[in-house]
Amino acid sequence: MAASDTNKPVVAQRGDPNSMYESVKDAAMAALLAGVLGFFFIGIRTDIAPGGLDLKMRWGAWIVAILVVFAGRLLLNLFVYKTRTPVTRSLSSGLPGSENTLAQVGKWLKWGLLAFAVVLPFFFTIFFPSRDRQFIDLAILIMTYIMLGWGLNIVVGLAGLLDLGYVAFYAVGAYSFALMAQYFDFGFWLALPLAGLLAACWGLILGFPVLRLRGDYLAIVTLAFGEIIRVVLLNWYEFTNGPDGISGIPKPTFFGLELKRGEGGFADFFGIAYDPIQRFIFLYYIIFILALITNFVTMRLRRLPIGRAWEALREDEIACRSLGINTRNTKLTAFAIGAMFGGFAGSFFATRQGFISPESFTFLESAIILAIVVLGGLGSQIGVVIAAVVMIGGIEMLRNLGFLQQVFGSGFDPAQYRMLIFGLAMVLIMVWKPRGLISTREPSAVLKERKRIGADMVAQGEGH
Amino acid sequence: MKTATKMKTIGDTVPNWDVDPVLSVEHLTMRFGGLVAVGDLSFNVGRGDITALIGPNGAGKTTVFNCVTGFYKPTEGRIVMRHGPGRQDDAVQAVTASGLKWKSAAEGGVFLLERMPDHEISHKAKVARTFQNIRLFGGMTALENLLVAQHNPLMVASGFSLGGILGLPHYKKAQSAAIDKAVYWLERTHLVDRADDPAADLPYGAQRRLEIARAMCIGPQLLCLDEPAAGLNPRESAELNELLKYIRDEHNVSVLLIEHDMGVVMEISDHVVVLDYGVKISDGPADAVKTDPKVIAAYLGVDDEAEIDVPEIRRDVAKVVAAAEAEKPAARRSAAKARKPAAKAGKAAAKTAGAAKADTATAMKLVGQTKSAKAPAKSSASKAKPAAKPKAAAKARSVAKTEPAAKAASPATSSATAAAKAKPATPAAAKPAPGKKTAPAKPAASEIKIANAGDYPGKQPHGTKKPRTGGGNNLTRIKGIGPANEKKLNALGIWHFDQIAAWTKAEIDWVGAYLSFPGRIEREQWVKQAKVLARGGETEFSKRVDKGDVPTSVPGRRGAAPARKPASKGGKA
Repeated sequence: MAASDTNKPVVAQRGDPNSMYESVKDAAMAALLAGVLGFFFIGIRTDIAPGGLDLKMRWGAWIVAILVVFAGRLLLNLFVYKTRTPVTRSLSSGLPGSENTLAQVGKWLKWGLLAFAVVLPFFFTIFFPSRDRQFIDLAILIMTYIMLGWGLNIVVGLAGLLDLGYVAFYAVGAYSFALMAQYFDFGFWLALPLAGLLAACWGLILGFPVLRLRGDYLAIVTLAFGEIIRVVLLNWYEFTNGPDGISGIPKPTFFGLELKRGEGGFADFFGIAYDPIQRFIFLYYIIFILALITNFVTMRLRRLPIGRAWEALREDEIACRSLGINTRNTKLTAFAIGAMFGGFAGSFFATRQGFISPESFTFLESAIILAIVVLGGLGSQIGVVIAAVVMIGGIEMLRNLGFLQQVFGSGFDPAQYRMLIFGLAMVLIMVWKPRGLISTREPSAVLKERKRIGADMVAQGEGH
Repeated sequence: MKTATKMKTIGDTVPNWDVDPVLSVEHLTMRFGGLVAVGDLSFNVGRGDITALIGPNGAGKTTVFNCVTGFYKPTEGRIVMRHGPGRQDDAVQAVTASGLKWKSAAEGGVFLLERMPDHEISHKAKVARTFQNIRLFGGMTALENLLVAQHNPLMVASGFSLGGILGLPHYKKAQSAAIDKAVYWLERTHLVDRADDPAADLPYGAQRRLEIARAMCIGPQLLCLDEPAAGLNPRESAELNELLKYIRDEHNVSVLLIEHDMGVVMEISDHVVVLDYGVKISDGPADAVKTDPKVIAAYLGVDDEAEIDVPEIRRDVAKVVAAAEAEKPAARRSAAKARKPAAKAGKAAAKTAGAAKADTATAMKLVGQTKSAKAPAKSSASKAKPAAKPKAAAKARSVAKTEPAAKAASPATSSATAAAKAKPATPAAAKPAPGKKTAPAKPAASEIKIANAGDYPGKQPHGTKKPRTGGGNNLTRIKGIGPANEKKLNALGIWHFDQIAAWTKAEIDWVGAYLSFPGRIEREQWVKQAKVLARGGETEFSKRVDKGDVPTSVPGRRGAAPARKPASKGGKA
């Protein structure tokens, strides 16, 4: 970029003699706008003073804001908007790599990430002994979202059915376990398959009414279903304890051994010293294995007739019917299997937290899971992993930008800007990779040569 | 060759499609609201035949396809698919009465397609189809497309996914067998080199072939192809013919195809069914259909300005004219002079007409493919028409002789404008002069005998040899009747609005069939219009005619309006 700075203005001016003048004029307009708006937002600060509020003018900050807008707009004009060779074009073709190189990277990344995920808890306990608990907890959270992303990927990525209410199945799974534990004293391992089964049933129930819906209507109805489940959980006080939530959800056991201090616990049985981190490591491996199962089943299903039928359904439903595929059953299986994995993840969520309430299952959760799938690339398993790591881990990592305080002064709190940075990153990804990070599709059967299929060929299905 | 032997048997015995039909469409009716897309259609598709369903645009061909393949539920009718030889009438009756969807036995089966959902028609009844606008799975490779088509057997082999997830060897075997089958069809369609390319990446012709290959991977007994040759170049089209013959001969698959390319239809079809406005107008071997006047009429259009030279109608008209002329021997002499040049012109024009008709297949193809192509065919026919009937000029005995003769001759110069001028003159000339008519007080009602009247369904309407006193009405004021049809109606003895107004359903059917456009009379509501006009009323259309806004009608109100003197053109001339 630095190299192109020197010659770009020349090119721009050659292309259009007025471009410099136009650019400055445009930038001045933007700066004026920033000045007017910023006067109230930035220039005036209200402080609590003894007799009420005290207005304090911050002229310095205001002028800096105007200058930043002016310079930023001018640079954008010169290098992107008003030039014949926008920097973004060369950037997008060169920087993130073409589709194939990214896919190649993805291939190695896959095994690298898997190896790292296997040793992750020990990596943190050895190298970050003081903060291992925080990091492993974060890894558990990321892994939960990876699993949810993979589950939703079946419905949205493969079958092409946009589901905005996926969190409903997460909630069903969590509440199934919590209620079974509360009323019947079920343990985690007994409740886990039942929770998955119940969530799958809810997937079928949700699936039936939306079978005939397409596009926006499908999205709206699934969104409504997600909300209905949450509202029922909130208001059915006698059964679900309403907004108070359910607490005291049992922890998972290791073949009957509880991970607790003292007699009969895991550490006692194996004759090692008790450490609270053991419970986190154990939880991590549970969700890791659950996620791996999700991935394995999804990858297998893609190569089975049902998986091909899902993808065919996404491509062309009418052609599917002409080939003897029962589209109703095919859609319902997609909903049910996707919901089942959501239910597993919900069940795990309940046992990890030990307490659940309807507040954990708002629409924002659905949106985050969907964003992970879309950013990663519809139908791409490794894309979901990268997107989950970036979105969930990245946001948390922004809390660790303490060194920025040395740059901006001690009053600066980088954690407050993490949502801004996160939004900016999303916009950039969508500009450069509108179909997600890994948008190519890998064929499920190969005769001679494995060729990846470009995103422009692949249909997106309903509701996109 | 198989086709040749089949053609022979058709000549003397019942054709194959009636003896051994794989598919019977019986009294199929499909209504969309008030629109009747397909009306009471019945036809058979013979086992091992290539059957073509043809007809002009909007004839209802694709609707029939959608009914057969379950995408539409027919309003009325029965669609029977048969596995195994013979008509199996007993089984068909039994299944129909039992309320079941199908019944299959060891050696065959009967499937009532109108009761089955679309995916079962493909899966159980083994009817495969392709689409007019290609519907491939664009983001999946050619190979994957063919594997999706084998969904149902693979689903069973994978233990409904459970065995497949566990990686049981049974599924792997089934999968490699499915790939072998896919490769076989990819080789057949010359696509094996592109097996791993996404379907959307293939060129158009290859996509069409891939769609056929995909349909064949179902293992169908009946293959329905919706315009398989559309958009193909001649070489690809020839390859398609070979492929379809191969499918029929080597795999014993019956083929039902919709096609506009008459080259394809005539070359490969064993049996052709022709639809027009949702009604079957012809049904038989390709050669017979090609020469069927109704088919030619449907394709080239019996729009009023473009009358097709249909031999039987010409014969009937000639008879009537001869009868009329026999009554006026005196007038003949004066007409003789006018006749000679007209006859000459008639010959020349008849040649053009002949040329237009000679290669029906070519003409049909032209018309079928583009609407614009219809124009030249029409105009040549219309040019030929006035002259082709010398009686038009011959009847102009009391009229200034030279003028109509010159006009009738002008088409020979093949000037479109001249033809247009000749047109209005013709009916006027053809109209018997009222003055002459009134003098010999003939019995008003005499039946016109049409030689093959019994060939048409329904009943011939009552006709009179002469119009009543005051001359016939200007029938072109009815929407749908132009000079050509008016003349044909006159030949049937239909001269007045009230005659048309009195037609019964059977008579309408008969006239519709006779004029080679069944159903059109109802659609255009001739009877309703005639009732209004017979009362002396006006319709929107007749007002426009009288203003001279309708090029296909003759302005002016001839004939006896009850109260006043007819402003007859013939009389004026």
